[in-house]
Amino acid sequence: MSKATIHDTPMLDELEKGPWPSFISGFKRLRDEHPSEHINKAVGDLLGQLEHSYETRKGYWKGGTVSVFGYGGGIIPRFSEVGNAFPESKEFHTLRVQPTPGNYYTTDMMNQLADSWEKYGSGLITFHGQTGNIMFIGTDTDRIQHFFDEINDYGWDLGGAGPCVRTAMSCVGAARCEQSCANEHAIHRHLVNEFVDDVHRPALPYKFKFKVSGCPNDCQNAIERADFAVIGTWRDDMKVDQAEVKNFIEAKGRQYIIDNVITRCPTNCMTLSDSDELTVDNSNCVRCMHCLNVMTKALSPGDDKGVSILIGGKRTLKIGDLMGTVVVPFKKLDTAEDYEELVEMAGDIIDFFAENALEHERTGEMIERIGLVNFLEGIDIDVNPHMVSNPRQCSYVRMDGWDEEAEKWFERKAEEASA
Amino acid sequence: MALEDMRSPIESGCPDGFQYMHPTMRKNFGQWKYHEHPRPGVLLHVAHSGDQIWTVKAGTQRILDVYSLRKLTEIGDKFADGYIRFTLRSNIEYMVTDEAKVEPMIKALEDAGFIVGGTANSVAMMSHTQGWLHCDIPGTDASGVVKAMMDELIDEFKQCNMPNRVHITTSCCQINCGGQGDIAINVQHTKPPKINHDLVANVCERPTVVARCPVAAIRPAMVNGKPSLEVDEKKCICCGACFPPCPPMQINDPENSKLAIWVGGNHSNARSKPTFQKLVAAGVPNNPPRWPEATAIVKRILKEYKEGAKDWERINDWIDRIGWPRFFEVTGLPFTKYHIDNWRGARNSLNASTHIRF
Repeated sequence: MSKATIHDTPMLDELEKGPWPSFISGFKRLRDEHPSEHINKAVGDLLGQLEHSYETRKGYWKGGTVSVFGYGGGIIPRFSEVGNAFPESKEFHTLRVQPTPGNYYTTDMMNQLADSWEKYGSGLITFHGQTGNIMFIGTDTDRIQHFFDEINDYGWDLGGAGPCVRTAMSCVGAARCEQSCANEHAIHRHLVNEFVDDVHRPALPYKFKFKVSGCPNDCQNAIERADFAVIGTWRDDMKVDQAEVKNFIEAKGRQYIIDNVITRCPTNCMTLSDSDELTVDNSNCVRCMHCLNVMTKALSPGDDKGVSILIGGKRTLKIGDLMGTVVVPFKKLDTAEDYEELVEMAGDIIDFFAENALEHERTGEMIERIGLVNFLEGIDIDVNPHMVSNPRQCSYVRMDGWDEEAEKWFERKAEEASA
Repeated sequence: MALEDMRSPIESGCPDGFQYMHPTMRKNFGQWKYHEHPRPGVLLHVAHSGDQIWTVKAGTQRILDVYSLRKLTEIGDKFADGYIRFTLRSNIEYMVTDEAKVEPMIKALEDAGFIVGGTANSVAMMSHTQGWLHCDIPGTDASGVVKAMMDELIDEFKQCNMPNRVHITTSCCQINCGGQGDIAINVQHTKPPKINHDLVANVCERPTVVARCPVAAIRPAMVNGKPSLEVDEKKCICCGACFPPCPPMQINDPENSKLAIWVGGNHSNARSKPTFQKLVAAGVPNNPPRWPEATAIVKRILKEYKEGAKDWERINDWIDRIGWPRFFEVTGLPFTKYHIDNWRGARNSLNASTHIRF
């Protein structure tokens, strides 16, 4: 029998109606049926506080300082401002735990995590938070260390919270997607695991996020949300299976392929002949993915795969939304050396960020403040026309170094030609 | 725990995912040929080797109690060889090689109250944040808003017959942790913070707070003989950026913290470059427990998009084609002076042409 305080929750009860699964019903089950008295009581008072928020339209949690032995971050501390009324949930901290790349689990592992969490926590888990962590929601300062020690022993580590390298995210990827042009697993783990110290001990100006998408569909929203976005792509010709093109036209009609594929190409690089042969001007294809998304059988990425890297994406705070900017148009990731270069570049960027960003400034904001060229010089990357939508349009600029800069360009071109 | 019992953490970082991956996916890693969408909520991927894998996707309440989690793992044990994954939007996915298991698994999921769908051109599960349940600065709830809206949008989740996929996001403050979406429902404060001057000096690092303001509206001041901060309310944009570093600058207001609705955020490079969302409606009441006013606007936008957009057009593609005047006309939403941007780069959003649709 539950020993929880049962608070009246008339507003939350409204969220038990309707066909979508109700989190409130789940909370009540923990309060009323779970064998752990600790869980009954904690979730009982959590429901009370949440109802109070619904009635007054205000939040009542405040932060603090809580971590585990040896780390400085990874926990979101929450202390209730109305803890006197709801004492059993007055401490309700969240542990952020790093998932696998692509969020793969076995049911056995899930159950093991649930067992541990029932021993030490509230029984509430989210897969996953917006940064990509498994969120173990609701435990107190005394239990956190025990829970962490237990799951740390069988392979799980905390993610980032605060001004640090954050937990990375990557898409379903090459494990199940024909559009994938990269090994998202390897990229994700090479990057974030190089910086475990920067994940666990927040010491950067502000957060730094890695996200990996296997193709330009960017299912991880990396360009919009990551300081360091890695996007799979290819640079040879896309593959066209002409027999499948004909099958597609047979199934959907000529009008459909004209209206939905040929005319929707952003660079008009496709033509369909009178005999239903599809031709692609690959030198003008920008790898947008639209035609591949529509004709999954007939069209595929090429064989010369690699990644594009965009730096500086972030959400609103403080200067407004920023997309990442192309810093590396194409990089092969085939060999151990390729991965070393990738990780080294990430380290250079994080070092430059740590030294040059203002407090609470994201990488993209720093680049906005100092200019892309200063950033590129700081991390020793040459300018490249792929980095801009268009060149400068205002003549108010001092350019007395033009001849030297032009010479650098021709030298680089000559090097490329001889390579 | 006593200090002598403490042990150093094993800094293992991000674990290897291959150990938890279905053997058929391990075997065909990077070797997939194409996919099909046999029915809503189900994907079929075929590898160059000829191997097939069927994915069944289901929506959940996202904040899972261990009972719901164990129900999901039980279904995975019974039908999916014990392998699962989660999507970016907190849907669960089961992968099986045997087509015969697909229909019984769908039935088991639906019998347990989970919603099969969310694939292809659906209104996907809304991505959301923590809200009143766990955030320290929320203007509204997150899970509750999403539960109430998904109740109303469930058919679009299950049927997958929109012109293209629709990603909806919610955020409980203007930092917008929920992220960019085809439709975003975000808290929008409308009044400057209310300052408890008795607490500022003890709680807030004042230079940090001054630096946090995007429009330099905060300055140090002595108030009632105590060091505090004051806000130039003519400059203040009511963004709430000062509230996290200085909780005595309370921005959340039960009446004046409203919701705003934004459309056209698109993460994909398909067709056009990725786009940020644009403001379409504001002043929407923050009305728990079911937020009917916000839901009504979202449904109105979705109805017009579904009727008006061509195949494969995301919401931003659709509006690009029909133009913003027509968008406001068909949705019945008012166009106000607040829609005209005055933030940095605003000039790029003005129409400097005679390209006008009549």
